[in-house]
Amino acid sequence: MMSEKKTVTLKIKRQDGPESAPYEETFTIPYRQNMNVISALMEIRRNPVNAKGEKTTPVIWEMGCLEEVCGACSMVINGKPRQSCTALLDQLEQPISLAPMTTFPVVRDLAVDRSRMFDALKKVKAWIPIDGTYDLGPGPRMPENKRQWAYELSKCMTCGVCLESCPNVNSRSEFIGPAAVSQVRLFNAHPTGAMNKEERLEGLMGDGGLANCGNSQNCVQSCPKGIPLTTSIAAMNRATSLQTFKNFFGSDH
Amino acid sequence: MAASRDFVSRKLHSLLGVIPLGLYVTQHLTVNYFATRGPEAFNDAAHFMESLPYRYLLEIFVIFLPLLFHAIYGVYIAFQSKNNVSRYGYLRNWMFYLQRISGVIVLIFVTWHVWQTRLQAAMGAEVNFQMMADILSNPAMMIFYIVGVLGTVFHFANGLWSFFVSWGFTVTPKSQRAMTYVTMIIFVALSVVGMRALFAFV
Ligand code: HEM
Ligand code: SF4
Ligand code: FES
Repeated sequence: MMSEKKTVTLKIKRQDGPESAPYEETFTIPYRQNMNVISALMEIRRNPVNAKGEKTTPVIWEMGCLEEVCGACSMVINGKPRQSCTALLDQLEQPISLAPMTTFPVVRDLAVDRSRMFDALKKVKAWIPIDGTYDLGPGPRMPENKRQWAYELSKCMTCGVCLESCPNVNSRSEFIGPAAVSQVRLFNAHPTGAMNKEERLEGLMGDGGLANCGNSQNCVQSCPKGIPLTTSIAAMNRATSLQTFKNFFGSDH
Repeated sequence: MAASRDFVSRKLHSLLGVIPLGLYVTQHLTVNYFATRGPEAFNDAAHFMESLPYRYLLEIFVIFLPLLFHAIYGVYIAFQSKNNVSRYGYLRNWMFYLQRISGVIVLIFVTWHVWQTRLQAAMGAEVNFQMMADILSNPAMMIFYIVGVLGTVFHFANGLWSFFVSWGFTVTPKSQRAMTYVTMIIFVALSVVGMRALFAFV
């Protein structure tokens, strides 16, 4: 079959290092069927020549699973933060613009440092401590109806899109962002996790915590996993309100 | 287990916006509404408010101190956010943005309004129907008051929506949507009250 020589044009916002100034570079690459943004970036890596025909450095990005479950490959594609592994070129308007997310510090080119999110998860103790010196046997059972909604929350892949969309997560604020709030709801819903639920709520009530949310509700509109983030936020608002009451007036529960 | 500064300040800011500030604004607009019944009715109502017992305590603890804290911390919150309605044009994001813009409008309006009425009263002027009629006979002042009152009423009504989320009353999307309608009805109703009172002076 004769090739029609179809090409794809990408305008990429690049940055050589954390401290250097960003610049834009355009690439025109040969089109193949069913390409996604990552295969386009791989093409550039294979042949790092920009649209002017100059040899340049390969564009750096992060990836892991290639099936939208690890969250590592998030970037701003045509103005929208999303995963590059599931961004199909056929569905994107050209020239395709790629830029790193703005909420996180740039490591290089499209790779950003999402430490802020992992620090937030540590702050709210988003795990269930079960390690002990002996086998404690099976834990309490979880009701099926609860498991169903909790499962939706467990789909979070720490991709950062909700933080990117949030007007209150930025360099001027310490706000932990929606993802970690929803993770507290997840682990507090778990029957074993619930044994430490106060510790997680205390984390949410710390500086940079849940109270910094201003209810713009962009997060729930943006989450690629459809996680009901604003329901989690409101539910944790209720839990922390009750916790404050218990802390002050006292409670055995 | 001491609660953090962020948490306490934010919760206090949220609470003060409704209790007492929101209640006070509603009460104030209601008293002003007496103007629709003529100068005498307004003067009587205003005089009744002025002659409440321990008036200064009420003014300081129900209005002045809560307003001072809410306003100062409100400006800090407002300038901490990076608004992005051009990229995320959803209704609630617009409301988030308008909450901050209206907050700044309230700050300017209330500062001026307090200077023009309460502080003048403290310096010997009498606050009555005639005073407001004189102020509002100036079309520029009338526009300023219309914007100020609408801005304040919006800020309170939309703030009430946010308050119900911030304290965990409205958790489900359904209840939050219902609250959007309820608070917008409050916005329209209080706007009618405020506008009718303003136009009663001209
Ligand atoms: C008449 C006086 C005022 C009233 C009745 C009022 C009322 C309210 C209410 C009810 C809220 C919602 C609280 C919540 O989200 O839980 C609020 C939020 C807010 N107010 Fe006011 N307010 C007043 C004056 C001001 C002023 C002068 C400013 C200064 C700019 C301001 C800035 C803000 C901001 C930024 C928020 C949003 C807080 C957030 O979403 O985190 N307010 N206000
Ligand atoms: S909640 Fe959704 S948008 Fe936020 S990090 Fe998790 S998967 Fe990404
Ligand atoms: S590579 Fe894992 S989500 Fe894209």
